[in-house]
Amino acid sequence: MKTGLRKIEVLTVTALLGATAVPAYGEAGAAGAYRWLTFSVFAAVIALTMYITYRAAKRVKSAADFYTAGGGISGLQNGWAIAGDYLSAASFLGIAGLISLYGYDGFMYSVGWLVAYITVLLLIAEPCRNIGKYTLADILAYRNDPKKTRIVGALSVITVSTFYLTAQMVGGGVLVKTLIGIDYEVSVVAVGVLMLSYVLFGGMVATTWVQIVKAILLVVASVVIVMLVWTPYGFSLPAFMQDVVADPKVQARVATLLGDPARNMSAAELGQRFLEPGLYFKAPIDQISLGMALVFGTAGLPHILMRFFTVPTAQAARRSVVWAMVIIGGFYVLTLFLGFGAAKHVGPATIAGVDAGGNMAGPLLAQYIGGGADSFLGNFMLAFVSAVAFATIVAVVAGLVLAAASAMAHDLWVGVVHGGETVPAASQVRAARVATVLVGAMAIAIGIAAKGQNVAVLVGLAFAVAASANFPCVLLTLYWKRCNTTGVVAGMIVGTLAAVGLTLVSPNLTYPKAVRAAAHTVLDAQAAQRASIAAALASGDGDAAAKARTSATALDKAVAKANADIAKVAGQETSFTGLEAPLFTLKNPGLISIPLGFLAVLLGSLLGRDKRSEDMWDEMYARQNTGLLVSRAEGH
Amino acid sequence: MTNPEAINWSAVIADPRFQKLHRRKITVLWGLMALSVVYYFLLPVGAAYFQEVFRIRVWGVLNVGLLFALSEFVVAWAIAVYYSRVANREFDRLAAEIAADFAKPRAG
Repeated sequence: MKTGLRKIEVLTVTALLGATAVPAYGEAGAAGAYRWLTFSVFAAVIALTMYITYRAAKRVKSAADFYTAGGGISGLQNGWAIAGDYLSAASFLGIAGLISLYGYDGFMYSVGWLVAYITVLLLIAEPCRNIGKYTLADILAYRNDPKKTRIVGALSVITVSTFYLTAQMVGGGVLVKTLIGIDYEVSVVAVGVLMLSYVLFGGMVATTWVQIVKAILLVVASVVIVMLVWTPYGFSLPAFMQDVVADPKVQARVATLLGDPARNMSAAELGQRFLEPGLYFKAPIDQISLGMALVFGTAGLPHILMRFFTVPTAQAARRSVVWAMVIIGGFYVLTLFLGFGAAKHVGPATIAGVDAGGNMAGPLLAQYIGGGADSFLGNFMLAFVSAVAFATIVAVVAGLVLAAASAMAHDLWVGVVHGGETVPAASQVRAARVATVLVGAMAIAIGIAAKGQNVAVLVGLAFAVAASANFPCVLLTLYWKRCNTTGVVAGMIVGTLAAVGLTLVSPNLTYPKAVRAAAHTVLDAQAAQRASIAAALASGDGDAAAKARTSATALDKAVAKANADIAKVAGQETSFTGLEAPLFTLKNPGLISIPLGFLAVLLGSLLGRDKRSEDMWDEMYARQNTGLLVSRAEGH
Repeated sequence: MTNPEAINWSAVIADPRFQKLHRRKITVLWGLMALSVVYYFLLPVGAAYFQEVFRIRVWGVLNVGLLFALSEFVVAWAIAVYYSRVANREFDRLAAEIAADFAKPRAG
């Protein structure tokens, strides 16, 4: 009953936005005649991952198998797995969506996600493989005080993973609901339970192979769609883009985004504007700050760092990053076609109507390319892309849970509670599984509790904490002789607090007074605009009347949104941190919090003294560069 | 497995080959890192402050901004490939030589 109602809402919204060429999505999504097809494709993909888990479960015997697949993954395999881990729903569906809605800015956004891997390749991957074992804190604890650095390292890993995990669970729940029409809570539980079954039984072996298979499916699906989109243009980039900017749907979108200044622009100018910067990113400084968080944060993401312990040598770690860069970069180039193709064929208004963030651009394009909502092939492609999206969420969540669980079990329980004494292998694996269940249950609970919240900010925050706390601590431990325990502890605390604190007072939160003020501005201007629209309609000029009708539709939408906004913040005066207005203007704190994190490590190290940090330097620096005594899992 | 205490780590660091490896790595790694960061941030800076340049049409409707964004991919890949070649040829050989001399497994 409830699902039915929601479907009607989707249909109505799509209809209101003037979807003509593309039939409403909601119908094909779940309730249509092809529902069985969607479920069969989902079942096939899930069955494949369960088979992988079943095979993997037999191979997981020791803690090393559980955390790092026994170090037996090859460079090429790990490259695919990194791509599978990294191409989360946010980058796979989100970037195609941003391009389809905002053109150039969406594509520019994707660049930072690739460049981030240069930092990983040059500075982080090989040294970490040479001196590390299972976790990020292993690196910090090598030369610094093991207990202290394991505690701060593990807490930071759990913090970053929880932020990222929450964003994935909530985003995933919404997405699965939109894709196949099951309830939000059911989707969250389904993602959680499936993920738990991979990690619990198959550990890193299953997680790795699920990520590899998912990345391959994702790339294959994208290549097929891009080929179909691009073939009519004889694989000419200018011809394809020419058609995109000449599309009335795209031109109408740019006119809506620009508002008043668009009045004097010709259709061709509006279309061309889609390929120019500034439709999404308004404040340049925000973009630079976000870029810093991406480029330095990726190297501090625990679930990515952990992947380098699954390969046997530094050479394999290097190869895996290069492969990952080829796959991830190639994928973002394909996304360029997916995004612009969706803008042309489906239309930005229709995409935004199904999901305001544009997440459905890729799946909708797949449906269109296959022959539309009434065709078998169209629905098969939709179902396939949806199933891959679902596998993506589950695989990324699995990697995150494994990272958080390893911090709890390996760093806190084995390292800190048992003081690093040798804990029997069997009880290490048991601890890892208990931690996995704890983190998994927490992920499901948070996912359900955070229903309806705007969690997009959490992905940015995860990158910001990783860049401001983890990255400076790992980098300076590896490369700066004078770095010591005090510096690492100070860097972790200052970096995390700065990133989280600045976000809590940033414009990302909802400020009821500002929302009300903005809404009232729209409502107050309504009368004057209605008058000018009425005048234009009465003037008898056909062109002006047509423009006026478009403005009237836009105005109705704006008024409805303003009223909804006012209703949402009714009775509230301050943001949930008790502020009436943001104290800090940057949306992403990176620009300030990353230098603060580095400064804290520097000052802490200079002020503190730690004999172990100094004594161990020679050993660590020699090992990270030569690969002497590289840790290979026992019994392999 | 060899015990870490069995290896004279200060001697490894003091070895001329290690010093050479260290110097080369510092130059190559941080040089490429600086190049990559500078080239990347030219994109958001250009998109924000040089919009007139980014708008110039070069190849059909494709403008400077779009081609520049595409060049970011090419540059990132080129840096990765260049680094791999240097590391595979030079760094790995030196590291393996040093490791072979100092590890002395089993027999001791």
